[in-house]
Amino acid sequence: MTTLTEEPGVAGTAQDVVSVDGVSVTFRSKRASTSALGEVDLAVRPGEFVSIVGPSGCGKSTLLKVVAGLVAPTTGQVRLRGDVVAGPRPDIGFVFQRAALLDWRTAEGNILLQAEMRGMDAAAARRRCAELIETTGLSGFEKAMPHELSGGMQQRVSLCRALLHEPDVLLMDEPFGALDALTRERMNVELQRVCREAGVTVLLVTHSVPEAVYLGDRVVVMGPRPSRVVEELRVDLPPVRDYTAAMEDPEFHRVASRVRTLLGSPQGGD
Amino acid sequence: MTAVVSDRATVARQSRTAVRRSPAPARWWAAAWRPLTLVVAVLVVWWVVTAQGWLAPYVLPSPADTWAAAAENAAYLGQHTWVTTYETVIGFALAVVIGELVAVLMAYSPTTERTVYPIILVAQVVPKIAIAPLFVVWLGFGVAPKITVAVLMAFFPVVISGLAGLRSVDPEVIELTSTMGASRLKTFAKVMFPASLPQLLSGLKVAATLAVTGAVVGEFVGGNEGLGYVILQANGNIDTAMLFAALVVMSLLGIVLFLIIEIAERLLIGWHPSRRAATAATTVAGA
Repeated sequence: MTTLTEEPGVAGTAQDVVSVDGVSVTFRSKRASTSALGEVDLAVRPGEFVSIVGPSGCGKSTLLKVVAGLVAPTTGQVRLRGDVVAGPRPDIGFVFQRAALLDWRTAEGNILLQAEMRGMDAAAARRRCAELIETTGLSGFEKAMPHELSGGMQQRVSLCRALLHEPDVLLMDEPFGALDALTRERMNVELQRVCREAGVTVLLVTHSVPEAVYLGDRVVVMGPRPSRVVEELRVDLPPVRDYTAAMEDPEFHRVASRVRTLLGSPQGGD
Repeated sequence: MTAVVSDRATVARQSRTAVRRSPAPARWWAAAWRPLTLVVAVLVVWWVVTAQGWLAPYVLPSPADTWAAAAENAAYLGQHTWVTTYETVIGFALAVVIGELVAVLMAYSPTTERTVYPIILVAQVVPKIAIAPLFVVWLGFGVAPKITVAVLMAFFPVVISGLAGLRSVDPEVIELTSTMGASRLKTFAKVMFPASLPQLLSGLKVAATLAVTGAVVGEFVGGNEGLGYVILQANGNIDTAMLFAALVVMSLLGIVLFLIIEIAERLLIGWHPSRRAATAATTVAGA
């Protein structure tokens, strides 16, 4: 019921924003070849928020990089809006675990880097930037340098930068992994609001089970190497969720405990 | 939460004004008093040694004699200082342009790096003073061989620091920019080059002082202009006071060039942790 196995062959459907078909990645060095990612299939619908959880080193980050076109798959292919990904894709936004800000630019300057690199219309970019600063609570920090910002603030800047060009897909790799628990919860609430407002499709890689379940319309659980998708769980909660209410919802607990079980004994289940 | 945010905003703003508040002369003095004291101490020891007659004037002229030699021959010194300055600055500028170009080529093309690196290394290892006479044979007695030696000496630190700077760019930042669909040129101008500046500029400081050395080495070998020539002449006449005067002027030239780059650093990479630390230390000392 909650696993999505009832939709076989869903990958590659025209309506999917992201479709991952039999993608595996093997890194070859002189002697050994390391499998970073086993065969993975995944389909993401427009506006969907998909959380990806799995043990450390299972290739979650590699999967995101393949989707972004930063890493070429060894087998299989990824389609973004139907086009096969064959190199770095400009129609996505990427948020890394570290904010990866340019130290010599202000918060605003870092966000606008996106516009400058893309040659977007400057006036429109400034307006969009101001909106994003407003919605992410960065007001008053436009002119602050990265070193003057807290970790949470830096990550907000990074998020604004990733959303400036209104991408179809937002890829986030452990974006809040370096933040303290309280800031992380706050960022989760904001991220949900911002993403729903922007109507963007999101792939979020995380180690935090509550984060995955609270934010996700769907939680994809990956196993250890050779990593593949162990199970997909739909989260039957409204798209916009109150944090405390969601935490107390039986559905939240059902999904979270299932995810925990899967992560604890990846071969178990059925 | 909004309260927390505005709180932090105030703190950030206050700390920024605090840095600005301490007056410029006080900050300058806080940075300068130690080196100045040392210079004065050296002058005093120098003066005592010569005034006591422990060393003959032709071995060590007194500070006053040196000053007198410089003052009497101000026009002569000035003319030759100008020549050395000219050679140094042109040599330094050429070294920076060529060095950074080579660094960029090497950073973007591993093939170029493998091809060019050994040549650069050999050029660096060969003692410049040994090949300087060759440049006189090739290029004559004008400024050209002097500039060439200056370029050769200053080139290496520029390449090394430029390359190290370009290599130091955060790989995630590079991945990020490749999702922005920008051209290589744009990525270089907006991300790679600015990120490489801290390392490049510390290389330029070394290069500037080496450019002075290079120009003077060139003057030693051939020609009748420049501070190197002045030193040779003074040496031949056993005019030690003049020799010292030329040495002092030469050192000042190197220091001025160094300070110009220091100022450029302050303007260009005030954001870098090394510079932030410097500013903070000055503020604390000045407070």
